[in-house]
Amino acid sequence: MIWLIAALAVSLIVLGLYLSMTAGRIDRLHQRIETSTLALDAHLLRRSSIAIELATSGVLDPASSLLIADAAHLARTSADLDPVLKAQAESDLTAALDASLSDLEETAEISEAELGRELLDELDAAFRRVQLSRRFRNDAVRACRQVRGQFLVRAFRLAGHTNWPQTWELDDTMPQGLTGR
Amino acid sequence: MKIGLVCPYTWDTPGGVRSHVADLALTLQEHGHTVSVLAPVDDPVGLPTWVVDGGRAVAVPYNGAVARMNFGVKAANKVRRWVREGEFDVLHIHEPLAPGLSLLACWVARGPIVATWHSAHVRSRILSAGYYIAQTAMEKVRGSIAVSEDARRTLVAHVGGDAVLIPNGVRVAAFRADGRLPQIAPDRPSILFLGRIDEPRKGLDVLLAAIPAIIAAVPNVRVYVAGPGDLGDQYENLDPALVESVIFLGRVSDEDKARALRSVDLYVAPHTGGESFGIVLIEAMAAETAVLASDLPAFRRVLEDGKSGALFANEDASDLAVQVVRLLGDGEARDELVIAGRARVREFDWDKVIDDVVAVYESVGMPGEKVTTDLRGQIVGRLGIRPLS
Repeated sequence: MIWLIAALAVSLIVLGLYLSMTAGRIDRLHQRIETSTLALDAHLLRRSSIAIELATSGVLDPASSLLIADAAHLARTSADLDPVLKAQAESDLTAALDASLSDLEETAEISEAELGRELLDELDAAFRRVQLSRRFRNDAVRACRQVRGQFLVRAFRLAGHTNWPQTWELDDTMPQGLTGR
Repeated sequence: MKIGLVCPYTWDTPGGVRSHVADLALTLQEHGHTVSVLAPVDDPVGLPTWVVDGGRAVAVPYNGAVARMNFGVKAANKVRRWVREGEFDVLHIHEPLAPGLSLLACWVARGPIVATWHSAHVRSRILSAGYYIAQTAMEKVRGSIAVSEDARRTLVAHVGGDAVLIPNGVRVAAFRADGRLPQIAPDRPSILFLGRIDEPRKGLDVLLAAIPAIIAAVPNVRVYVAGPGDLGDQYENLDPALVESVIFLGRVSDEDKARALRSVDLYVAPHTGGESFGIVLIEAMAAETAVLASDLPAFRRVLEDGKSGALFANEDASDLAVQVVRLLGDGEARDELVIAGRARVREFDWDKVIDDVVAVYESVGMPGEKVTTDLRGQIVGRLGIRPLS
């Protein structure tokens, strides 16, 4: 009898330790998603500010300027919207940039002005950081989902009331005119 | 940025990961970043100021080879102090599953952490055990980099998760400097082999088997063999008629390797396997030497399927001979390869590669975020706390 109680006590302690460590892991993964979301937001914001600068700098033709300025403005003001609408606005900005910087001939012409070249370099850098931070964020979501899907985690509700983490899908393909430079 | 780099293998012994970390650290500093490297050190005399002594390394068997690393409570405390005092913007860990300073750094730190995966041939036993043991530490890595497609595949398949492919860099300028190697005759057609001569995977056997056919077509050819290893049987079994044409240079320094590459007409890489990247091909292209390599998948990728370097059928000595003879006789074809190689190598120049690495650094953290020490939820970590003296 005493052995049975001892064995029960030991397994309870082991279970408790395991649950406590797993809860710590989940907490850490949630924080990782949160920080990478903030990093992604920062880079998206940087991208839209450069797009606005590009549109108002006079290195583009008026039609492209208008198109990009409009899309960039919508992307900037979408920060407080729900994630799906925000992703849509950012994808629209990508499409607007792609339409104006679709081939090397156009970017070569823009690069003739020093200001144009500087802005394209900055846009290129911002684009790459958006792609990377989104990739890293989605990887964090994948890791978090994997742990949260485990039986014990679900049975003991270790994740509390936090929402099931969602990946962020948006079109962040670099315009052809930027990649080939 | 303030960057902390962790190298798990001892700083005193040359090796792929160690020289990658050294080149990365030098290039980052040239681009205006502050760098501190933590690595095991056996002999602290003459250590650069930016390398921090992580303790003495012990030789341990790991992943089918003997690696010199260090670990234990003392090492963990050292890593923790380094992280605390470094106040880094990014912690960049190399070969995170190597059971040494890298894994410890993952364990004791939190914040913007980046990891680079180097090896492509990690034993599955290590990967599956490592996955469970090191999972907690791995989950803190916010961004992973793989140096080759094979390394990336290993990571994705066995550990899970995504990795950005950023190839190994080469300090191209170092291979462009002037000077020839005096041992190499300037007026004869010449080919060069680099690598350990007693390591079958480097393929010296294949080259030696091809030599009679090469000499038959190009009688005044000289074959230079540079690399450490025991001459022994290789040399004794060599046909006496060939001895005059094959010259063993022994182990060469990095400078002499660059000079040797620049002095010959053709660099031959007859490797038979075990290569995940082929940095030596990049070095040869950086030295503006025409390259002929076996058609391993890794080599095909580096040479763009034959565009920036010629290929021959792996382990096929007669095909090797045919290709060598063709290229030695055709200066124009060699020039074309050199020009294509010069363009190809630009993609691997550390000066360009560094931009991609810094882009990763800037994508993993919030602006102003720092790396700090971490003791949450870690029984081992808590037990390891010692007051700082």
